[in-house]
Formats: sequence, C-alpha cells, structure tokens
Amino acid sequence: MSTHSSRLAARMMVAPSVVLLLIWMVVPLAMTLYYSFRFYRLLSPDRTGWTGFTNYVWFFNSPDFWLALFNTLALVGGVLVITVVLGILIALLIDQPVKGQGMLRILVIAPFFVMPPVAASIWENLFMHPQNGLFSAVSRAFGAQPILFLEQYPMWSVIGIVSWEWLPFATLILLTALQSLSSEQLEAAEMDGASPFARFRYIILPHMTRAITVVILIQTIFLLGIFGEIFTTTQGGPGSASTTLPYMIFKQAIAAKDIGRAAAGGIIAVILANIVAYFLMRGLGRNLEN
Amino acid sequence: MARALSPRRLAVTTVAAWTVALIIFFPVLWMILTSFKTEASAVAMPPEFLSADWTLENYTEVWSRSDYPRFFWNSVVISVGSTLLGLLVAIPAAWAMAFVPGRKTKDLLMWMLSTKMMPAVAVMIPLYLLFQQLGLIDTKIGLVVALMLMNLPIIIWMLYTYFKEIPAEILEASRMDGATLWGEILYVLTPMALPGIASTMLLNIILAWNEAFWTIVLTTTKAAPLSAFIASFSAPQGLFYAKLSAASAMAILPILILGWFSQKQLVRGLTFGAVK
Repeated sequence: MSTHSSRLAARMMVAPSVVLLLIWMVVPLAMTLYYSFRFYRLLSPDRTGWTGFTNYVWFFNSPDFWLALFNTLALVGGVLVITVVLGILIALLIDQPVKGQGMLRILVIAPFFVMPPVAASIWENLFMHPQNGLFSAVSRAFGAQPILFLEQYPMWSVIGIVSWEWLPFATLILLTALQSLSSEQLEAAEMDGASPFARFRYIILPHMTRAITVVILIQTIFLLGIFGEIFTTTQGGPGSASTTLPYMIFKQAIAAKDIGRAAAGGIIAVILANIVAYFLMRGLGRNLEN
Repeated sequence: MARALSPRRLAVTTVAAWTVALIIFFPVLWMILTSFKTEASAVAMPPEFLSADWTLENYTEVWSRSDYPRFFWNSVVISVGSTLLGLLVAIPAAWAMAFVPGRKTKDLLMWMLSTKMMPAVAVMIPLYLLFQQLGLIDTKIGLVVALMLMNLPIIIWMLYTYFKEIPAEILEASRMDGATLWGEILYVLTPMALPGIASTMLLNIILAWNEAFWTIVLTTTKAAPLSAFIASFSAPQGLFYAKLSAASAMAILPILILGWFSQKQLVRGLTFGAVK
C-alpha cells in the first residue's frame, strides 16, 4: 500500500517530531559538551577559557561523586526490586476473586497520581518527622526512641518514598498480565498435583515475564532522573548522604554556580544513562520482540 | 484466572487484599484527614483520629492566599497546553509510522524513546541559558514547550501503539473510494483512533501536571505551577501541617479524579501495548 507519494507524505509527517527531538537533544547536549571543557564560574565571570579535562578530573577525584554514582544505582535498583517483588505479590492477591475489586484498584493506584513534591512532603512531614510524624508516634507508643529517618537513613527513606509512588504502576501492569492467564492451564496443573509454588514458578511467572520486562524498562527511564523527591526532603543530605548524580549536578550548577563542572557532570550522567540503556535494551529487547 | 473459592477463603483473601490496599492508600488518606484538622490538632501527639477538631478553614485560607489560584491556573495551562501541542506534532508522526512503516521505523521509535533516557540535569544549563536568551524563563509558553518536548516520545509511542491496532484494510478501502490523505486521517482514522488519543492525552496531562524538575528549574514565581509551589512550601516545625495538607490535596485532587476514571486505559497505554 506504500506508493511513492504516500511514502513521501509519511516522511513529511514524521519530520517535525524528528527535527524537534533532534534539536531538543543535540543542541543542549553540544552546549553541555562545550561548557564541560571550559572554565565557567558565575562567581568569577572575568576568568574564562579552556581547561581541558579539569572539570571531569574534579568529578572523578571527588569522593562525593562515587557516593552519588552508588546512590543513583542504589535508588534505581532498590526501587525496581521492591516494586517488582511487592507488585507480584499484591497482584497475585488482588487477582483472587475478592469483594470490591474495582474499588481496590482505585485505592491501589492512587499513589501513582500524586506528584513527587507532594508525595515527598507527605512522607517527610506527616510520617517521618521526628516530633510530629506518625512513625514517631508509633515508636513512642512502644516506648522506643523515634527513628530519624531522613537524618540517619536518608537513602533508604528516599527509596521507600519512590517505591510507594511506583508500586501502583508495577502492581497494575502485573495484574493486567495475570488476568490474561487462562485458568484451564492452572487447573490442569493443580489436578496433576503441582504445588502452589510449582504453579507459580512454572506457569504464572513465565506468563508475567513480558510484563515484568515492561515494568523494569519504563521505571528505569523515570527513576534515573528522580529529582523532586530529594529536592523536597533531604536536599541531598545530610552532608552528601542522599545525593544522587542528578542532584550533585544540580548542586554544582545552582549552589556552587560552577557551570563548567556541572556540565562535565551532565556528560558523565549521559554516559551512565547510555550504559544502563545499552544493557537494558540488550537484556530486555529479546523479551519484547515476540 | 478467576476461580470459585470456598466462602472462607473468599473472606480471608478479601480481608487481606483490602488491608494491603488500605495500607498503600493510607498516606493519601492521612493527608486528606490532616487537611481538615486545625493546626494544633494536626500535630497533636498521640495523633488524633476521630477526636480531632475538624475545620474547613485550611482550604479557604490556602485558596484566599492570592497566589494559590495562580499556581493552580498555571498548572492547568501548562499541562493541557503542552499535551495539546504534543498531540498536534505526534499524531501525524505516529500515523505515518503505523501505516506507512519503512525499514527504519523500529529504529526511529527506539531512538525517540532513548531521548527520554537522557538525564534532564545534563541539559539543564544550556536549556536554562537558551530559555534566558529567548526570554522564556518563568513564562507559561516556555514551560509548555519544554514539557511538550519532554513528553513527545511517550506521546508518539502511545499513539503508535493504538494506531497499530487499527486494521489497515479499512484505510485501503477508503483510499479506493478516493479519500485524500488528509481526508483519510480526518474522517476514517480519527474516529477510530479517538479512544487511544483520549487516553494518550489523559496520561500526558497527568505526567505534565506532576512534572517537578523543569517546573522548578525554569520558573521562579510568575509561571510556577503547583509542583514548584509545593516543592518550595516548607513546614517549619510543623506549624503549617494542616495548611500544607490542604494545599497538597488541592494540588493532587484534579489529577487523582481524572486518573481514577481512566486507570484501565492508562495502565495499558503506558505499557505501549506490550501487556494486554
């Protein structure tokens, strides 16, 4: 059905999107690359010039950088593990013929629609606050000292908050996959004497592979850029304990006003995202093909 | 895979499922409850559930602060505007890729998705400087453009997935009947694609409404939407818990309601059709 003219028309229809995305990606990226080799501090505007790899070297020599790198990967990995495992369990539970399933779905998906600053401020103020939070009230009721979540376990707290936001997405996608599983297959296995675990391991889990793949892919895209939750709660602290790579770059640009260093950090973040994307696409591409 | 269960097992699983669902929902519920308490009641220890002093004052006070309605309006303009603009660019592209696929279409789609993987902070400075040059900092139109570009790959992917499900024979038939390209899109494709377009639109309004990076970086006061407003709302020593909760509730309620009505399509849409 693709005549020459329709092919040309099709190209013209795709062109605006491609051009816009190219500009959106290439122009800022080229500028970032340029700045990353420049001395460019807003606090000393008179000094400018090329500095070679100085900005990059600063990053690699900074102990904060390795911590930020670790935190970034811990955030992505931690949230993925928590949401996928809990998501599978909750999906299995909700998939049972329970009363009021429609209402259940509505309750479960709610956190997904809560904007990151609101989610972060609910948890920070109403739950994790050492004096007024609900968690501290629970601790006191048991006669224990309140846990200083954001001070002592900042990274775990951030992972917890982000997991709460993304659990609904994982759960509902896995539930959707689960509901398309034919009950005959399960009943046959049950009659053949397969244990509940064996049924899960050999029938349910393989059926959900594709859904799990999608959850990992989509969540990783969003998790690599997590910003609002940290900005609202810990501001990357205490010290640099909960600073991720995006937040470290943000601090270099906004607080230290060192554009050159922030740009170098940006390029490093792009390289990291590409490495993650490469493994992701390679590992997951196969699952999505058929 | 729903199967018949004994009444006892039904009761047990029902209780278990509702318990889990309520735990997940509880933070939102607690925030809404807090928003109706007086400030003293909101920070009372031990926490007050039924004995609290209930009031509507927080809502009236937050709303009457002259700046709150403006943040709200900015959110509406930015999320709806960026979505409509995105659809305008994405519909032709997704149409072409779905119905006139070339050898490179799959690669092109993958490339588009990969632009979403680029960390926003990496291009924050140049974009800030570009926006400054163009006078777009702290303007609604600037944010509309930024969020449109940010979500464009997702809009294209979702539309592509929905369009793919429309049988090509229908288009061929209409072409035989002499429909022009635009006529085809307008009178044949659009009505069939409308449900897909609608859920793409909803999801992107939600994503744009909840966006909290570009809105913080690219605005100061004039064009700041609710996400930037809430992010800067600090609650020193719990003095404003009830008001913070009321402001938060108003910030998420429109999206929560929109999302609840469309949750089924949304979840499917965001999997790009890979899970059915």
